[in-house]
This record gives sequence, structure tokens and C-alpha cells, in this order.
Amino acid sequence: MTEAGLLKPIRDVGIVGYGAYIPRYRLPASEVARIWKDPAGVGPPGEKAVAGLDEDVITMSIEAARNAMSRATIDASSIRAVWVGSESHPYAVKPTSTVVAEAIGAVPNTQAADWEFACKAGTEAMQAAIGFVGSGMADYALSIGMDTAQGRPGDALEYTAGAGGAAFLLGPVEESLASIEVSYSFTTDTPDFFRRANEKYPVHGERFTGEPAYFKHISMAAEKIMSSTNSSPEDFSYAIFHQPNVKFPQRVAKSLGFTADQIKDGMLVSRIGNTYAGSAMVGLTAVLDVADPGERILLVSYGSGAGSDAFILTTTDQLPQRRNLALDTESYIKRRTEIDYATYARYRGKLVTK
Amino acid sequence: MEVSRHWRLNKQRYSLVGEVCPHCEHKLFPPRDICPDCGEDARDLFEFSGKGSVYSFTTVSQAPAGFEESVPYTVAIVQLDEGPLVTAQLTDLGDKPVEIGTPVEMVTRKLRSDGDQGMLIYGYKFRPAFAA
Repeated sequence: MTEAGLLKPIRDVGIVGYGAYIPRYRLPASEVARIWKDPAGVGPPGEKAVAGLDEDVITMSIEAARNAMSRATIDASSIRAVWVGSESHPYAVKPTSTVVAEAIGAVPNTQAADWEFACKAGTEAMQAAIGFVGSGMADYALSIGMDTAQGRPGDALEYTAGAGGAAFLLGPVEESLASIEVSYSFTTDTPDFFRRANEKYPVHGERFTGEPAYFKHISMAAEKIMSSTNSSPEDFSYAIFHQPNVKFPQRVAKSLGFTADQIKDGMLVSRIGNTYAGSAMVGLTAVLDVADPGERILLVSYGSGAGSDAFILTTTDQLPQRRNLALDTESYIKRRTEIDYATYARYRGKLVTK
Repeated sequence: MEVSRHWRLNKQRYSLVGEVCPHCEHKLFPPRDICPDCGEDARDLFEFSGKGSVYSFTTVSQAPAGFEESVPYTVAIVQLDEGPLVTAQLTDLGDKPVEIGTPVEMVTRKLRSDGDQGMLIYGYKFRPAFAA
């Protein structure tokens, strides 16, 4: 029996395949500052990834899923769940996941559903996939976190609300690139950020999104999973925290006792922005791209509303070879076309043409 | 609404599923059930790799209905590595000019939407191949 609250399946589960997707367009934060007359004139450093005119959570999920399938080297017909977590599902009613399942050849013997929990919808789907595989009900379940993040023009969110995400195919630990030792979820009703039905842009509680929301949930989840497994920060080669901006993950890492070195490989926010449901997950793909076998990873997501999912993973001997079977995260980040605010406004449907 | 028409094409549009002739190995795309090479029945499904190269291309400035928002865009005839020629939009071109012979790879993208209330239509486009 595991300690109260810890999540541990009957059958050991691991990540059998993973894949990232980041679109090619980049909007520098300085462009947002230029248009909205940021008093300092510069805004935060960095840039964010912007989806092209023909991209959305469906198309981006398909590419990430294909990358995950390339690394998994299994037949898509043995997948029993395709679950996509996002705040930007293209349809209000009609699953993103059925299109993804059809495109990768997982239909018809599969579950498919869309998940919603702000920025942790994707890791929520991972938790469910651990249960699905770990109970023996399925051999493989695909969990995806992907977003074309919304931010009201001129709002602080607009500097970082980016596009991208990742797909993780969970399966038996024997076939895995990284084993999942244990996981944990910490949830409360905390209304720090939300978007009402039929609204285009979310609203947030300014400073309220920090202390009682992001920091509390991530810290509680990280501390609980570490104390319950008798681990401390030095037992991990890498740590990844949800990245709404550069400062939050740096600060929470420091307060938990992690060094800058432990979080640097999974920190992508200054280069691709906050990819909402994709944020922590694409941080994990970047770490899996460079990790050596036998290294331990702490992953903690955060979703407004609010909650955190924490996972402890250990990379396996199969990682170095199989990760070369698909494009790595860095290849997508390096494929870069800078755009100005006007092009961004056009690509994101912020121009009224009729 | 032409839901059924789009739905019938899901497999070929999302993942370039065509056919292979069991008699002469000729690959068909789009699927047409009769081999254009030897004239025999050809109904075995075949998923193309999605790799190919630009055979010819042009830029569209006056778009047909449903595509106005993406002008200007590039349409190409792509020669798939397995043989067939496919007409499709090119996407994610970046700063590099397209040339005949440019290696491309298939991606599934949004082709258009059937108005504000109709369905979203997804299918194949091609982008410059990643230098892996």
C-alpha cells in the first residue's frame, strides 16, 4: 500500500514513445511591447511560437502523435486510448481526439476523448493513461497536451501565450524509454485564471495567479511526491515545472532546492512561450532528447483552477537509440521564422475581414 | 454542408492512404480501384511515406471560395517517392524560395472551414523536408 495520495498502478508503466511539435513562426516579446507601448519599451525577454494559418490543436497533435509513434515502433491498432488535453480545441463539440486517432491509424478499437484542465489537461490525460495501462485494461494509451494559447491583445498574457505541445504514448515499462515510478495530483478550487464559455480570451487574477495558485500547488505536489519517496532535489538530474513565464519556474525551483542546472534543459518558455497544456510536457520531451539512461526526472505541471500533477521518471537504456527515430524538440525550436505583430494578428484571427 | 463527401475521404486526406496493385505493384493515389498501369483490379490499401519532391508549382493570388484567407499561397504537383503525382498546397515555406526538385514531406493541416458553423476540413499539404 502506498502512502495516502500517491498514485501507483498495479502494473509498472512507462513512456514508450514521445513526440514534440512546435510551429515555425516566432513573435518576439519586443513586438508586443512596441504595439502596446509598454512603459519600459521592451517587455520581457524572449519570443513565443505562433501557429500558422492552417494549424490548430488538431493538426499539431497529429504531428506530435506521429513523432511519438515513430519512437514507439508499435502498431497504432494496439492503442486503446487517444486523449488530448487543451484549452484550444478547434470545435466546442466534436472531439479533437477522434481526428488524431483516425490520422494515426488508431481507429476503431480505441477510446477517444478531449480533456480540459487549463494548463494541466495534458498531464491529467497522462495520469489517466497510467491508470489505464497500469490496470491491465490496455497496453497502450496516448496522452497529448497541446495548445494555441489565447491571450487578449494588450494583456500581459500576450507576451508569452505560445503554441506547441507534446504527445506521450504510455505502455508497459519493459518497452519504455522512461519508466514512471510514481505520480501524484494536488487539487483545490482556486479561481486564478479562467475563460467563460463562448469567450475568446481568458481572464486572470493578476498577482493572485502567483502565491495561492502556481506556487502553492506546484510546491505542495513536488514536496509530497519527494517526501513520500524519500527523495530530495539532489536525487534528480532534471526537473521540469510548468512555465507561464521565465520567473515563476525559476523561483519555484529555487524554493524547492533545485539548481539552475537541473531545470535548464526543460526550460523553453523564453524561446517558444507558454504553450499552456503543452508547457510542462514539451519541457519533458526536450529533457528526454538529451538525458542519459538511468537519470531521474521530476515533472510538475500546473493548471489554473487549480491543480498540479507530479511525476517521477527514470530514463531507460532504450532511450538513446529510439529517440533518434523522430525529430527532436530542438529541431522544431530552431526551425524559426520571425514575424511582426501585424502578421501575428493575421495568423491568429485577430483581424476582422468580414 | 457536405459532411459525407469529406468523411469518405478521411483516410486518403489525413494520411495519404492510396492503393497498390496486387498484379504489377503500381502505387495509386488517389485510390481508384483500377490500376492505370495494367488495367487490373487494385483495391489493396497502401499508406504512402509522405516523402516526395516538387515536380512543379505556382502561386495562387486569386483564390477559389473557401481559400481567400490564405492568399497568396503556393500549390504544387508533388512527385511522391513511390511514384504518383499529387496536387497539394505547400506550407511552412519560411524564407527559402520553392524550386523544382525541392524535397518535401506530407503534413496534415487545416485545408479550409465550411463557413463559421460548418465543419473544419483537414488534409494533406507538403512542407520543405526537415534536414534531420
